[in-house]
Amino acid sequence: MILNDLRKALRQNIRDYTMYFLLFLIMAVFTAMTRGLFMSSRNIANLMNQTGYIAVLAVGMTLVIVIRHIDLSVGYLAGFIGAATAIAMTRWGMPGWATIPFALALGAAAGLVTGFLVARLGIPAFVATLAGWLIYRGLLLMVTMKTGTIIIPDAFFNAIGNGYIPDIMPAETAFLPGLHKLTLLIGLVAIVLFSFSQLRARKSKQGYGFEVLPLPVFVIKLAFMAFVIGYITWIFAGYNGMSWTAVIVIVVVVIFHFVTTKTVLGRHIYAVGGNPEAAELSGISVKKITFTVFAAMGALSGLAGVLYASRLQSATTKAGEMFEMDAITAAYIGGVSAAGGVGRIAGSLVGAIVYMSLTSGMNLLSVDISLQYIVRGAVLAAAVIFDVQTRKRRG
Amino acid sequence: MENRRTMSDHILEMRGISKSFPGVKALSDVTFSVERGEIHCLVGENGAGKSTLMKVLSGVYPHGDFKGDIVLDGEARRFRHIADSEKAGIAIIYQELALVPEMSVYENIFLGHEIRKGSLVDWNDTIHQSVALMKRVRLNADPSTKIKDLGVGKQQLVEIAKALSRNVKLLILDEPTAALNEDDCDNLLEILRELKAEGVTSIMISHKLKEVIRIADTVTVLRDGRTICTLDARKGEVSEPVLIKHMVGREIDNVFPPRAKQPSEEIVLEVEGWNAWNRALGRQVLKDVAFKVRRGEIVGFAGLMGSGRTELARSLFGNPDDYRLEGRVSVEGKERGFKSPADAIDAGIAYASEDRKRNGLVLIQDVKQNVTLANLRAISKGGVVDSNAEVKVAEDYRKALNIKTPSIDQKVLNLSGGNQQKVSVAKWLFVKPKVLVLDEPTRGIDVGAKYEIYTIMNRLVEEGMSIIMISSELPEVLGMSDRVYVVSGGRVTGELPIAQASQERIMELATS
Repeated sequence: MILNDLRKALRQNIRDYTMYFLLFLIMAVFTAMTRGLFMSSRNIANLMNQTGYIAVLAVGMTLVIVIRHIDLSVGYLAGFIGAATAIAMTRWGMPGWATIPFALALGAAAGLVTGFLVARLGIPAFVATLAGWLIYRGLLLMVTMKTGTIIIPDAFFNAIGNGYIPDIMPAETAFLPGLHKLTLLIGLVAIVLFSFSQLRARKSKQGYGFEVLPLPVFVIKLAFMAFVIGYITWIFAGYNGMSWTAVIVIVVVVIFHFVTTKTVLGRHIYAVGGNPEAAELSGISVKKITFTVFAAMGALSGLAGVLYASRLQSATTKAGEMFEMDAITAAYIGGVSAAGGVGRIAGSLVGAIVYMSLTSGMNLLSVDISLQYIVRGAVLAAAVIFDVQTRKRRG
Repeated sequence: MENRRTMSDHILEMRGISKSFPGVKALSDVTFSVERGEIHCLVGENGAGKSTLMKVLSGVYPHGDFKGDIVLDGEARRFRHIADSEKAGIAIIYQELALVPEMSVYENIFLGHEIRKGSLVDWNDTIHQSVALMKRVRLNADPSTKIKDLGVGKQQLVEIAKALSRNVKLLILDEPTAALNEDDCDNLLEILRELKAEGVTSIMISHKLKEVIRIADTVTVLRDGRTICTLDARKGEVSEPVLIKHMVGREIDNVFPPRAKQPSEEIVLEVEGWNAWNRALGRQVLKDVAFKVRRGEIVGFAGLMGSGRTELARSLFGNPDDYRLEGRVSVEGKERGFKSPADAIDAGIAYASEDRKRNGLVLIQDVKQNVTLANLRAISKGGVVDSNAEVKVAEDYRKALNIKTPSIDQKVLNLSGGNQQKVSVAKWLFVKPKVLVLDEPTRGIDVGAKYEIYTIMNRLVEEGMSIIMISSELPEVLGMSDRVYVVSGGRVTGELPIAQASQERIMELATS
């Protein structure tokens, strides 16, 4: 009985669950092959910090692809803005904390330029952002030309990509020794909030007489998610606790998830992606939506640039190389549809984690870089093929 | 010449042709014969089956996809593909021309059957032969001119030259004069006559009966997928009233729900001196259109395909990117200018498009998202959508319009045509418009759902809304409207109070 219900629930949400399954499979295989090293607290903490900038870019890229466009310029835009913040700090004496709003504003402005080319002048996004790709690459080289790599001495700034949140009590207490207490507390709160919101959504659906998951399946799902959140925080807590990068990614994902699922703006974005003509005739300005999405993408590129520069504690001439491809790959693995109108923020986050897990696992196993690219390509192709097939079957 | 035209010398005979689409019988047992060397016109209302018949002939619908026989030049043919019929000497020129705008005239004429020298294209011979063909169709232009730099009339001549280059035996023209001005029209008809003298047989589909009478040797009338009659113009059997009678002879068998209330005298919407140029087509599509709509009134807009009905609705509904506009629109006595659909919606005008799949609904989204799409503001606070309010709104409309769906969470993609139409109507009702424009509100939906849509329309006007109904179905126009405007060639050619409107009268105005 329960098994039947489970099977039905799985079939209905097969695309979402496959991604989690894929993530689980990748982690299990790498953990086994590295004798547990992959799932060690230290490796996972590093993995999350590496994923940060790709996850942030993938979130923006999801929206861009949802409205049937693409943005190839984000990699070097991130690199250029990273360099700009480095210069702002080292030469103009900008305080570390101010770099985040600075990068966001600079990125949003760049995104508006792209939006202008695409929405107002009607240039295909592929071409407009390819031009951006070249221009930002040139700008990055130009500002780092005299100095080469710019070392960033600012402690606050460098903590963004390398630091961890402080603890509420010292690590070596009798209570849970060696673990990061604040991280555990955050995990606990997250589990409670998640369960509560799921319960409320279920009740409200039942109130309207909608079909909901059968109770046992619901409980299993809840328990599983609670376990996943708990386990992740446990691993985090075993090293230095939650990193600032993780905090930033979570904040970005929560904001964008909220905007896309709960707000008028989000609805309009998905309507434009689903059928631009119908959206326009429904009184939605497709141009405005295009501007908004590219501006958001630009702002997130700025943020990614800060994350990356902070992680390296420097701005390099090659910062941002291939980021756009990584972000596009993560979004597609995460289930965004090239036909437009379909794609979830949470999906793209998981897509980014899947993608970076592959990279990290293969690095641990010292897989040759040539083979790494082939495996990553195969996973991307498999994800999209699977996507197309499941969509076709459901008509 | 004369003695070759015996009764048996048919270049084409189509016998017992039947073709069905899911839920619709498009052609039933159609017989169509064309004599060698004649100009044969095919007439009928929208949806009579003319285009379907020509698609059967040209192999767009392959052999086996329909019932019946095609005999060309005394030989039974089974076309599996358009290429097969082209090889057999049939060429079709559609209303939407199949030319490559960025290529030159001579490249287009020989596109797909290039003249070769070895494995290369022999451009010199191509140009040489093109010049000869262009002379035959009286096309006065440099053969290296790009298609996009020619007017529609000349483009049409290129199409004919292209057909001639393939040694066409049977030339089919689908509404060739719809987009042409008078001079180009005369020129085209003259060329058809010359080709006839050269022995080319032509079939012309046309809505313009005056032209038909000028050019045709024989006219076949189709109605509701059947051959009604074939008339011989040389024997004086063809005249406008005769053709109209045969075209509209259908009984009005649909039942229309009664309405309780008469429209008021108050004018809600008034349009004067409305001119529109379609930017993509590069020509004027509406000429000096004027009309008014009263409160609580259903105003029917009748007209044949391409007459400008839909363009009228779309240009009114704030599409300045697609159209260059001139004229005045007033809503409730106040002059308004719409820069975008959003402005039109704000002024109280809603437009449910004829093509609900292409530009009406977001098919991959669910019923409730589609219903609320045009007015999310009404159910949101501070930009955040109140999902409970949304569910309530969607449920209300589901009940009010009797939308048959397992739940409002169902994707619109999975609903039937009639229910999709109701979702589209619900979306526009939710913006609470003063004037609702329904473009082909019952296209592609079954009789039961049609009746429901009519009932909803009556209820809305009884509640004080006004409806503009654009429709190709004359029985529907006559059964539902309080007043009828007839559109033809981008002009309003007549305004008829319902008491004076008849199928014959409307068809007369629509084909003028």
